[in-house]
Parts: sequence; structure tokens; C-alpha cells
Amino acid sequence: MSGDPAPMTYREAMRQAIREALLRDERVFLMGEDVGRYGGCYAVSKGLLDEFGPARIRDTPLSESAFVGAGIGAAVNGMRPIVEIMTVNFSLLALDQILNNAATLLHMSGGQFPVPLVIRMATGAGRQVAAQHSHSLEGWYAHIPGIKILAPATVEDARCMLWPALEDPNPVLIFEHALLYNSEGEAPAEGHTVDISRARLRREGRDVSLFAYGGTLAKTLQAAEALATDGIEAEVVDLRVLRPLDTAAILASVAKTRRAVVVDEGWRSGGISAEISARITEGCFYELDAPVARVCTREVPIPYPKHLEDAALPQVPAIIAAAREVVGNRG
Amino acid sequence: MAAKRTVDAAATHGLALYREMLRVRRFEEKCAELYSAAKIRGFLHLYIGEEAVAVGVMQALRPEDAIVATYREHGHALARGVAMGPLMAEMYGKVTGCSRGRGGSMHVFDAAARLVGGNAIVGGGLPLAVGMALADKLRGLDRVTACFFGEGAVAEGEFHESMNLAALWDLPVLFCCENNLYAMGTALGRSESEIDLCLKASSYEVPAWPVDGMDVVAVEDAARRAVTTVLGGGGPIFLELRTYRFRPHSMYDPELYREKAEVEEWKLRDPIPALAARLREGGALPDAVAEAMETEIAKEIEDAVAFAEASDWESVDELERFVYAEEAAP
Ligand SMILES: Cc1ncc(C[n+]2csc(CCOP(=O)(O)OP(=O)(O)O)c2C)c(N)n1
Repeated sequence: MSGDPAPMTYREAMRQAIREALLRDERVFLMGEDVGRYGGCYAVSKGLLDEFGPARIRDTPLSESAFVGAGIGAAVNGMRPIVEIMTVNFSLLALDQILNNAATLLHMSGGQFPVPLVIRMATGAGRQVAAQHSHSLEGWYAHIPGIKILAPATVEDARCMLWPALEDPNPVLIFEHALLYNSEGEAPAEGHTVDISRARLRREGRDVSLFAYGGTLAKTLQAAEALATDGIEAEVVDLRVLRPLDTAAILASVAKTRRAVVVDEGWRSGGISAEISARITEGCFYELDAPVARVCTREVPIPYPKHLEDAALPQVPAIIAAAREVVGNRG
Repeated sequence: MAAKRTVDAAATHGLALYREMLRVRRFEEKCAELYSAAKIRGFLHLYIGEEAVAVGVMQALRPEDAIVATYREHGHALARGVAMGPLMAEMYGKVTGCSRGRGGSMHVFDAAARLVGGNAIVGGGLPLAVGMALADKLRGLDRVTACFFGEGAVAEGEFHESMNLAALWDLPVLFCCENNLYAMGTALGRSESEIDLCLKASSYEVPAWPVDGMDVVAVEDAARRAVTTVLGGGGPIFLELRTYRFRPHSMYDPELYREKAEVEEWKLRDPIPALAARLREGGALPDAVAEAMETEIAKEIEDAVAFAEASDWESVDELERFVYAEEAAP
């Protein structure tokens, strides 16, 4: 935690955010599989065990349902746990606890039991680790009322979203795209905060709005650069928060550009891209110059070989093509 | 069983066990090399050190029996008779691979060998194995399902739920717990309040036997006795196969959680030289035979690599095939 802005990796930003939280609030502790001695399966918590000891950096057995549930219980009972799940696929073993307890206790108890819990997990494909380690289910989690869903895509957000998430009285799930851990960027100066209720404009444009988050943001920005060389000025909105969606920011951008492309590493059917598209249709249908377009992951379990994995995922050329198409429909 | 065999037959069988373990060892070493050469990608979990477990258990299984394994399953596939060419092609992700290249190292499937994965969710294979056994029982088929998993899986609810169901319904499952003492970086004693795994299985009324997993003969004996019991209608059996992985958990593991000396100590119990020594004592493994075996295996691996190299990638047009079935289920 230095005072000045500094370049660092997303992994290091996340590590510093956890460390800051542990220093600021003694109710905070980290628990999950191999977070301690192993240093975290993505090395995010490396060194923290030595600094904070095993009571606050707790290695858990392979018991996702039990330790996520225990995080919920500890949150209900006065602590501020950060629970790490290795990857989103394994979070399915804890889905019962997340949905039936974390998301539900407050409402079901008539407002008596808030669950101030943070659950972090890696998500996403692109590493050739096949169908049981590659899914993007954050949009699917965003279906659930009672939890908040964050998807930091930049080093700044990785560094700054954790603290407000811990201050939030609700369960907050943070999805970290596994390909981002090695990405580098500028971490902000100490004391800098980000608003975890708002989307963020990453590039201004007038011709088309591109909506992205997490692992697809960088690809979408690349597509926007390429479109600019063709004279198409794309606006790029980083959704950042998948629940509750920042509908105002989405509608404001579409009102300006009159065209929208949603980029999502989740599957198309019933996904967050469908929700965004529906909100645009509900909120500013008459301002649209073209139907909303979507670039999503093909509806398959993610295969191992690189060429098939690449073909399954949203890629820059597909984003460019979709943007051109909606702009061409100018009428 | 062994007593009934002639000395010659025992020696021949011993040689076969040795050969099989050596095949697995050399295959895995090749995979490590190919990983460094970026021919194999993603996650790669090697079975080096644990060969006696898969090789020993497979001796007790018949072609009609089924196997459910984990992401650390190359040894099981080879010992079960999956041809090395398609197995290596799977490592590469080629369409000639046993899962069409779609699964890679962690998801080896082979219907002919009745190998139902290759499951990379810890504990995920156990309920599946229970269901396979339930089907055999309902269909009146005299078959066993052998389910392999690491001791890390014992912490998952799926382990406990599966033990209970298998025992409650008297199902023909052979639970093979490969206790290599570490689940990634977590030692058994740091993740279990009760480290006696057999006691856990026994608490569900599943007979549980500890076995020296570094001794292929002991593993085979235990597995044969277990399969006989299971097939006799005795319900499930739990084998705790005590073993050790000599290599890191996967190719990314810096191994901060164990001492080098501990690894070296276990290497003294390497199942392959251990069996070699026994065979040599009985004169069953002359140097010339051992050398010839190495040469044959090297050739088999070389051919498998050549097959994988020469094979095609699956066409991108096929990507959406098999999301849904193309024909009626068998
Ligand atoms: C449900 C689930 N949680 C976590 C993981 C990540 N993971 C993969 S292998 C592994 C260790 C498993 O250890 P063990 O069961 O003992 O088998 P071993 O790898 O030692 O063969 C972990 C934690 C996973 N694949 N699935």
C-alpha cells in the first residue's frame, strides 16, 4: 500500500486489496482451499499466511458447501469473511448455500439477518483447461436477487472493489477472470475508491455502444480501436456490476449512439446478454436505429484444443463484425 | 490366487505388472516433456509414483467392469488397455484422441474400455460410480464399478453421500481411494479431523482395507479379494491405497508445502524398482529382458507421439456436435 499510483499486475492488486482489508478491519479473514500454505491456486494470497497467521488466512478442506456456508454463518455472526473458491465451476458445490442461505436469509427473516460476506472466485476460459474449469457463470449468478455481482476487469477495479464490497451489508460475489491475473495496469493512489454500483465508460464514441465486462473488456476495446480506423467511433461501457445492473448507464449510452452490441463470455440463451438486451428494448426501444446485437460464447461446454476453444469464445473479429452490422443498418 | 499358479506363471505375471508400471512411468515422463514443448497444454497431472495402484487394481477387473477416474487418470487408461496412440492424441487435443481431443489430459473417456472419465471436479465421480453400480444391480448384471479418487475427495459431501448410498443399497462399487497424502498443497492432517480414512468408510458399514499402494502385488491381491466380495453380493468395498506422488500436483505447483527430503524418502519406496528387485531375486528379470522392455516401450511411445503429431484437429464445424445426442441411447 504505497501512497502513489503504481504499475502492477491484477493478481498483485487483488493481493494488496485483501491485505489492506485485513489491516483495516480485524473482523476480516480469508478462507478457502489452499489460500495459506500453497499461496492460493492463482497465487493471489501468497505471503499473507506469514503476515497474518493461520487464524485469519484459513486453509479449508475440499468442502465448498461447508466453508461457503461457514462464511455465511460467520458473516451473520459479526465477522467480515472473504471466502475464496478456486474457480466458478467448483462454486456449484456451494450453490445451495449461496442461493438458499446467503441470498435469502435477510429477506426471509424479515430483515433481521444481513449477510455481509464477500465470495471471490476465478472465472472464464482461454487457458485450455476444458469443460470443467472454464465456464463463465457470473451472468447466471446475476439471476439471483439478494446477492451483488462484481466483475473487475482492470487493475484499478481489482485493487479498489474489495473494500466497498466488504463494507456492503449484502453478500457480494467477485468474479476474477483467470486470464486477467497476469495483466498489468496502473493501480491508483492510496485512498482512491471506486463506486461498486456503477458501470464505467472505458471509451467514448458516438456510433455504437459496446457493452462488455471482465474477460471481454480488453477484446472489446481492441475491437473499438480497429473500428475507429474505419471511421466508426464505438463507445465501450464496462458493466462491472452484473447485479444490480446499472441500467441508467446502459440506457444513457444507447440513447446517445442508438445502437448496441453486448459482448459476453457467458452463453447466449437466458444469459446476462439477454437481460441487457431486454432492458435496452424496454427502456429505449424507440431510440434504437438497429436491433441489439450479441456476441456470446457458443452454446457448448468449453473444449480443450485451442482452435475449438477460440472458436467457442467471443473474439475481436466477431465483435467488429457485429458492430459493423448494426452500424450498417443505419437506415 | 498366487499360490495356485506355477512359479513360471507367477514370474510371467510379475513381469507383466512390471512392464505395465514402466509403460505408465515412461508415458508420463514423455507427457512432462511434451508439456514443456507446449504440445500438451492446460492442466497436466502426472501419476508418477502411484503406478502400482492403477496397475494393481486393473488386474482384478474384467472387461465388463467399469472404471470412473479423476483428472490424474493416464495410468488408469493405459493399465485398462486404452491404446497409447489415441491416449497421446487426446493429450494433444487431436480428433483421433479417445475423447476426440475435446477433453485433453483431464478427461480421458473410452467406451470400449468402459472408462467413464476423467472427472476434474473433486468428488464428482463418486455419485456417478454409485449410479453405474445401481444400474448393474437393477439390470441383474454381475459387474463392478471401480471408482478412483484422491484422499482430498474424502472432505467433500459427495464422498459421504456416496458411501452411504452404496452401502444402503448394497451396490457393487469398489471405492479406490488413492491416498497420496496431499490434496494440492494441503496435507491430510491439515484437512481432516480424523485421518483414518478406513474408519470413515467403516462408519457407513462399508468394509475398508488399508493397502500398501507402493506394492503392486499387494494392491492386486487386495483388489482381487475385494472384487470377489463385491461380486458375491457383499455390497461396496473401500480400499485405502497408500501411495505418494513424486511430482508436483500439476505443472504449476511450486511445492511450498512439503520437504524435499520427504519426497526423497518416498522415492526409496518407488514401486517400479521395488518390483524389479523382487523379480531379479527370482531370476525373472535378466538385464537383457529389462533392456528389451525399455526399448519396446520407448518405441510404443515414439509411435504414439508420431500418431498424435500426424493426426488432424477436429474441424471447427463440428464444435456443436454432441451437445445433444445424435441417436437413441444404447
Ligand atoms: C470440487 C473441486 N474443488 C477444487 C478443485 C481443485 N483441485 C483439483 S485437484 C485438487 C486436489 C485434489 O486432491 P486429491 O483428491 O487428494 O487427489 P490428487 O490430486 O492428490 O490425486 C484440487 C483442490 C476441484 N478440481 N474440484
